[in-house]
Amino acid sequence: MSEVRATQTRGRTRPSGIGESVRRPDAIPKVTGAFAFSSDLRHDRMLWGGTLRSPHPSARISSIDVGPAVAVTGVHAVLTHSDVPGRATFGLEHLDQSVLAGDVVRYAGEPVAIVAADHPDTVRRALDAIQVEYEVTEPLVDPSRAETATPIHPDGNLIRRIHLRHGDPSAADREGLVTVEGTYEVGMQDQAFLGPESGLAVPAADGGVDLFIATQWLHVDRDQVADCLGMDPDLVRLTLAGVGGAFGAREDLSLHVHLCMLALYTGRPVKMVYSRHESFHGHVHRHPARMWYRHHAEPDGTLVRVEARLLLDGGAYASSSGAVIANATCFAAGPYRVPSADVDGVVVRTNNPPCGAMRGFGAVQTCMAHEAQMDRLATALDMDPIDLRLKNALAPGDRLLTGQVLTGTLPVAEVIRTCAEHPSAAVRSDEPMTRPGGAGRTADADHVVRGEALAVGFKNLMFSEGFDDSSAARCELRDGVVTITCACAEVGQGFVTLIGQITSEVLGVDEVVLAPVETTGIGSAGSTSASRQSWMSGGAVQKACEEVRAAVVARVAVTHDVPVDDLVLVEGRVESLSGSVSVDLAEATAEPLSADVVYRHAPTSPLDHDGQGDAHVSFAVSAHRAIVDVDPDLGLVRVVELTTSQDVGRVLNPVQAVGQLEGGAAQGVGLAVMEEVLVDGGRIRNASFTDYLVPTALDMPPVEIAALIEQPEPGAPFGAKGIGEPPCISSTAAVVGALRHATGLELARVPVRPADIALAEAQAGVDR
Amino acid sequence: MTIALTLDDACAALAADPTATVLAGGTDLMVQVNRGDHSIGNVVAIDRVPELRGWTREGDVLRIGAGMTYADMADPGFGALAPALGQAARTVGSPQIRATGTIGGNLATASPAGDMLPVLVALDAVVELRSSDGERHLPLDEFVVGVKANALSAGELIVAVRVPVLHGPQEFMKVGPRNAMVISVASLALVVDPFGRTVRVGLGSVAPVPLRATEAEVMIGGRIDWEGGRPPTAGDVDRFGQLVADAARPIDDHRGTAAYRRHVVGVMARRALVRAFGMVGEEAA
Repeated sequence: MSEVRATQTRGRTRPSGIGESVRRPDAIPKVTGAFAFSSDLRHDRMLWGGTLRSPHPSARISSIDVGPAVAVTGVHAVLTHSDVPGRATFGLEHLDQSVLAGDVVRYAGEPVAIVAADHPDTVRRALDAIQVEYEVTEPLVDPSRAETATPIHPDGNLIRRIHLRHGDPSAADREGLVTVEGTYEVGMQDQAFLGPESGLAVPAADGGVDLFIATQWLHVDRDQVADCLGMDPDLVRLTLAGVGGAFGAREDLSLHVHLCMLALYTGRPVKMVYSRHESFHGHVHRHPARMWYRHHAEPDGTLVRVEARLLLDGGAYASSSGAVIANATCFAAGPYRVPSADVDGVVVRTNNPPCGAMRGFGAVQTCMAHEAQMDRLATALDMDPIDLRLKNALAPGDRLLTGQVLTGTLPVAEVIRTCAEHPSAAVRSDEPMTRPGGAGRTADADHVVRGEALAVGFKNLMFSEGFDDSSAARCELRDGVVTITCACAEVGQGFVTLIGQITSEVLGVDEVVLAPVETTGIGSAGSTSASRQSWMSGGAVQKACEEVRAAVVARVAVTHDVPVDDLVLVEGRVESLSGSVSVDLAEATAEPLSADVVYRHAPTSPLDHDGQGDAHVSFAVSAHRAIVDVDPDLGLVRVVELTTSQDVGRVLNPVQAVGQLEGGAAQGVGLAVMEEVLVDGGRIRNASFTDYLVPTALDMPPVEIAALIEQPEPGAPFGAKGIGEPPCISSTAAVVGALRHATGLELARVPVRPADIALAEAQAGVDR
Repeated sequence: MTIALTLDDACAALAADPTATVLAGGTDLMVQVNRGDHSIGNVVAIDRVPELRGWTREGDVLRIGAGMTYADMADPGFGALAPALGQAARTVGSPQIRATGTIGGNLATASPAGDMLPVLVALDAVVELRSSDGERHLPLDEFVVGVKANALSAGELIVAVRVPVLHGPQEFMKVGPRNAMVISVASLALVVDPFGRTVRVGLGSVAPVPLRATEAEVMIGGRIDWEGGRPPTAGDVDRFGQLVADAARPIDDHRGTAAYRRHVVGVMARRALVRAFGMVGEEAA
């Protein structure tokens, strides 16, 4: 693991406070296997649930006969669309997806019926026994045909178009500019979390239901589930179960309503766990993208205008596609000063698997394209690609493509410079296993060529376009013990650690009790996504702790007749600076103190007709430098080294920061060289970890951290920015750039497949 | 479930129920079970049968127990006798898979992508089968009869596989889009028999069954300077690669295209030959 040094000197912090590598409370249990994930849930008299899914990407349902399934011994419920008690549809942005398909199925894998039975094998037999007659129709699988094809949904095939127009449209209509043009493609990536969808629903005596579930956003799940159950939200109580990774794939509902329907129908607890195969069909993926770009620059490299056409395949249902295309469009040109732009961003509906949120959220796709364009432009200008990037680097005071003036921090030039200047530790290893092809023993040293490239990317932090984004937290101090209640979903990012660090920093205590994370008794914390929880729920916890701190100080000031300003909280005591007062916090809070707060970030505005507006709160930028080895004849690749610099505002927990940077880069490497959900005629062909490949230890190089740039972000708690997403934005672009550098090939598509390299060489007749 | 402790136990259990499922390492079987492709009745577990474990050498014949795991085969002591089998075993799956998966299981599954099969076909391996009725021996190309299809009769068990100890260089190579833990997109085994003066090539994942590249073998066998040890020329190496590529009968699937598979077996053949013999003049891989 890389060592991280703070780049600023600051006052002494508490060993359990902000800026320290405090160990996660769940670290040891997760390593030893003692941690209970949602798939480990059990309950007395528990039934097992299962889902029947459409085998067809597009069909009308003529009939469903559940009779033979009901007749299977051990089956307690077989439910279909007609059994959905409340609203028949759900969705994050549009209510366009059926809880259970009624008359039409729009993707292969769409849920059609659900079963509860005494054993998973009984569930499987019952699912096999359900008779569904489909009238198969021709699927719409080509997103470029979607806008003109017959609508496959009453809401139409265009999910959202943003035609962003910025600056002088005729800026490039003159002689003497250098122009480069390219078309790029990104395949469908899966979040590939290790813990497949699972949960347990328990019917309650009051007629309600308790749902234990792995999710990213409890309250919005609760509201959607309650609507679909036709139930008062207070009767639907969600508790966070152990989450085995999320990366965006748990923002949408999956088995939530199904579990509650089965539990309420049978009056028994029901558990459901997706298999890996089912999981690939049970959650949204990263949008595949086709992107055309044209960059115009002065001969000295100054960017004049960027034109782009972005087409994202949203699949069968909208999910968060509208927000994803907004990000893709707003950040289409990368973190550069672009005075004039025309970006037509479109996301459409097809009969392919639904796509939605995934780490990087639209900025990943365009980063791969804009960075390829910058390298191409550097070649056309005969300019160093790093100098070109530095020349155009955005800085505070500049305008984004949306016209928004950058008012916070954004150290673009700093991340580029520190990353580019960081010495490489990459050597040419004599170990054959570390060559391209790895364990396959295919390459000798003289078959390998090396390449190197740098890429930069940025995106927004938190929700945008006027969304009323908030997080609620409660701090209670009783007998000296601090209890924090917050519905922030811990999905692995480390907020559980951060709560303790914030509490320690503000209240001067080392221990904190974390109340169960649930919908009852506390407001929404918002989603664990968009790199927002450190800021939003961190801000809520900080504010709640500060209010309690003020209250306890005020109380001691009165009882001991000292000025408030004279009192501090240190090591579980309230003490006066003069030394005359020293009260045990337990004594001071025998009568408990508590504060409830709702934290909001600065408001944003919607985008207007031209895609202009102050739509975003804050931004973060990162750079990656990749060094790759390629075996051009076989098209096999090994990423040798990744170096990164990231704009973090302030490091809250160095070890966790490194974890985010390493993990995000691994997902970026995966997208660059292997990770793709292969969809053929609407059907997923590789719905397993045998064939959907993620990097192994032989594929993922060490991540060298050149710099964590600490420029405190105004308005952010402790000045810290969210850090989860940037690592998987610029890493993919850097790796594919290095592959281009090594091979001299265009490689306009990720993931780069071995044949894209090997057969390109063969076709070009290159003799090695 | 019968947990067999002797080979006779296992054969008796299979005689009693010839439809029973045989469980060795379970690394293929459990995937099928979890996918719902394999309905299980009775199970005969053979992983504790001592007669199936380990290997013996009699003269220049190596007898490999069907229960030899990939980890066992990756052991240098074994690898010294059958280098390509050791190399192939190391490419299989993860350490956990290699610790439990067996060569007998690789034969029984008979997948076109089975990593041991191109080596076994190149070595002219013979498969020993046993049932309560007796024993029979089948050459590998008669044992593997199609995609995931073998010549096992009902009630019959794979006991061992026999290969020669060849005293010449051996190379196994495997292409996949990940650097470890990957199903082969194409694989190649090249073994040299210096006394028989043959170069034998087995190909994996480029046909329904493991293939030999006979024409290429004959051509290069005639060009090798067996007495003087002069390496083949660049032209020979190229011609050899071309003939090996021509021998492949690949298909397009989600793991790779036919064109890519054909291309890479040619590249691997050239590289394997050069590793085994060196080359005169410029390499033209």
